[in-house]
Amino acid sequence: MSVGSIAVAPTRAVSPKQVAIAGLVLGALAWVITIPPIAVRGMVPSIVLAALALLAGTWAVAGGERKLGIEAIAVAVLAVAGALASAHSAPATLKSVFVWSALVAATLRYATPLIFGALGGVISERSGVINVGLEGQMLMGCFWGIYGADLLHSWFWGLVVGMVAGGLLGLLHGFFSVHLRANQIVSGFGINFLALGITGYFLEYHYGPNGTPLNISMVPNVKIPLIQHVGFFGTAFGDANLMTWVGIALVPAMTFFLFRTRGGLRLRSVGEKPRAADTVGLSVVRIRYMASIASGMFAALGGAYLSVGFVGSFSNDMTNGRGFIALAAMIFGKWKPWGALWACLLFGFGSAMSDRISGVNSTLGTLFEALPYILTLVAVAGLVGRSRPPAADGVPYVRE
Amino acid sequence: MSLLEEELEAEAEESKGAAATSPAALTAFRRGFSGVAVPILTAVIAFIAGGLIVLATDHDPLTTYSSIFNGTGLNWLFPWVSGSERTLAAGNLQQTLLAATPLVLVGLAVSFAFRAGLFNIGGQGQYTVGAIIAVWVGSAFSGMPAVLHIALAIVAAGAAGALWAGIAGALKAFTGANEVISTIMLNWIAIWLGVYCFQLGGPLHAASMPSTPVSNNVAASAKLPVFWGSSTLQGLDVGIFISLAIAVVYAVLIKRTRLGYEARAVGFNPEAARYAGMNVGRTWIRVMLICGAFAGVAASLDILGWEFNLFTNVIQTSQIGFFGIAVALLGRNTASGNVAAAILFGALLTGTSNRNINLSIDPTLVEYLTFMIEGIIILLVSTDVITLRLLKGGRRIGVALKRRRPDEAGAGGGGAS
Repeated sequence: MSVGSIAVAPTRAVSPKQVAIAGLVLGALAWVITIPPIAVRGMVPSIVLAALALLAGTWAVAGGERKLGIEAIAVAVLAVAGALASAHSAPATLKSVFVWSALVAATLRYATPLIFGALGGVISERSGVINVGLEGQMLMGCFWGIYGADLLHSWFWGLVVGMVAGGLLGLLHGFFSVHLRANQIVSGFGINFLALGITGYFLEYHYGPNGTPLNISMVPNVKIPLIQHVGFFGTAFGDANLMTWVGIALVPAMTFFLFRTRGGLRLRSVGEKPRAADTVGLSVVRIRYMASIASGMFAALGGAYLSVGFVGSFSNDMTNGRGFIALAAMIFGKWKPWGALWACLLFGFGSAMSDRISGVNSTLGTLFEALPYILTLVAVAGLVGRSRPPAADGVPYVRE
Repeated sequence: MSLLEEELEAEAEESKGAAATSPAALTAFRRGFSGVAVPILTAVIAFIAGGLIVLATDHDPLTTYSSIFNGTGLNWLFPWVSGSERTLAAGNLQQTLLAATPLVLVGLAVSFAFRAGLFNIGGQGQYTVGAIIAVWVGSAFSGMPAVLHIALAIVAAGAAGALWAGIAGALKAFTGANEVISTIMLNWIAIWLGVYCFQLGGPLHAASMPSTPVSNNVAASAKLPVFWGSSTLQGLDVGIFISLAIAVVYAVLIKRTRLGYEARAVGFNPEAARYAGMNVGRTWIRVMLICGAFAGVAASLDILGWEFNLFTNVIQTSQIGFFGIAVALLGRNTASGNVAAAILFGALLTGTSNRNINLSIDPTLVEYLTFMIEGIIILLVSTDVITLRLLKGGRRIGVALKRRRPDEAGAGGGGAS
């Protein structure tokens, strides 16, 4: 901060941070007013709002609030692009894409497997074990979940079987990365291939070419009595899957565990300063093993949601990169449960939008699919705040 | 990597021989014995483990593996195979070598980065953009002289791959973004870009195929000539020579050039390299550019050699970049190792592909057996301890685990950065 701004600061009515936030809101508004339910036609209001946002962002940057200021400028530019897109679409098209209640419901659906996966990533990486094997662990949960549900005629036991399968793969990852001090990224990829092979092999072995049976016991949806039939809320939240709510509830639970309990402190200390943790008598190896196993179980739940919770069948490589999106969400969320949740919802919203846009224009919908990855790329480049992993993430620990 | 060296050091210390403790002797030992034996043993263990799964699911692993072996066409090398069997074997061997051709290069794309301390997981994305550009140049500029057209398509694909990898290199150099994460992201962006290009209504979609999401066909002038087998039945094209030539270039590059030296120095210790006056960021970018070019060229050899077009579902299901990681790891980042590992994986892929398996075994099972074997190989090469222990007949179990020092941490960390 320059000397000049310090001298001026006391006389200011508002801080640069507040201005930057106002800029962010104005920038977002510039786009929001062009889509339903407001759906302003014409570019003038949007341009005025975006210009104000630009001004606010620039002023905030000049005042020393660089990060938020740049974000406000970026949002303003994106909003103009979005407003232009709205202006070039027919009102009817906009109406068919932006059915907010359906969009929210679809966002939750798409976000659910990601939330479980990302939480699995958080717990593993916070303990210092990079888990690129999330994809494989999800896939295991996906197949063995439906296998268990089919065999034991119960979605609950299906989830348990899936979790055990994912946990076993987490144990394997732990064995290689904690015990044998393997290169964790390489062993993670090994896990992914192994899972692809195992699930494909046993799908064929157990079910043959006909695939999984049709009458699988599935995780029920939660019908919320009061709002179930109340317009927007009814469609958006009234009939979401049980696992969606469980996943969302796990976020505060995980935050509490990580940041408010002794176990969480131990887990984080092992991920940040293993030597110090070891010195005070914690078993780095044991904690990392447990975190690896838990990570595999969380990821497996996310995969099981796909098969037992949503689709009701399994096909080869069903997770189709969702483990990697979960990994991306965890990084985008800066290795924090809440951050990961917002990132999952954002990515879920991207998929939901992509779905609805595909209905109107399939080519454009495809480009939306790449959005989570582009956002994460921007995030790791440090353009939207720095994403910093735990200090000892990926570093095998050796006792002296 | 470093685990192996330490085990060897421990071994050398034990032997107490003056010659055995010298670094030169260690290197010779590593290159001459373990350097070859460990990868081979790794593959053997993986095959045995895969065989156990086959056995556990009521199939005969020996018939399965002999059927896979015959499917690879490697039986062509046996002089007693004759007649129609020999013709079939020749055809299969051509497929194995066709599969190995790009694998050498995507393996090198990972290897060179490894040498510079970077973990290039982006081979898949670099391959994909290379394929998009290769099929576009190959189909759009028809009427050019063949040699020029082929050269243009290969160079353009290499440039596209280089650009794609260069993004990750530049992000690493300028912002410190971890290349593992950025290359994973770039993989998916490339895949969706490819789907966007060739889907129905996409900008590069073949107008002649209104209901199939596929590119235009590569023009005759851009097809690589076939020199072994039938040109209509996917014989072996000259792409394999391009691939092998690049492997030689890689060997020279890494051992005999300034960039190769700088890359190895940066990979060994970036801080020391910086202190010695090297521009670490620039080295990273250059290395990534070359890695991407390898992967891009690999894609062009596939497109111009036998694929001739690109379906969106092929883009989405291709795993070649990840096989490249396995090739590089098993080939220990050397040119010759990559070629050998590429042939192994090419054989495995061909031997287990559906049409080559006789009907006594469910071909889908065998196909997924490949993934399992590959997974086990990758897991085993992520640490040398298990294989090395077996190599030494299980002596001193646990001793080496206790002896290991923390300085290998870098190798286990985010791509040895």
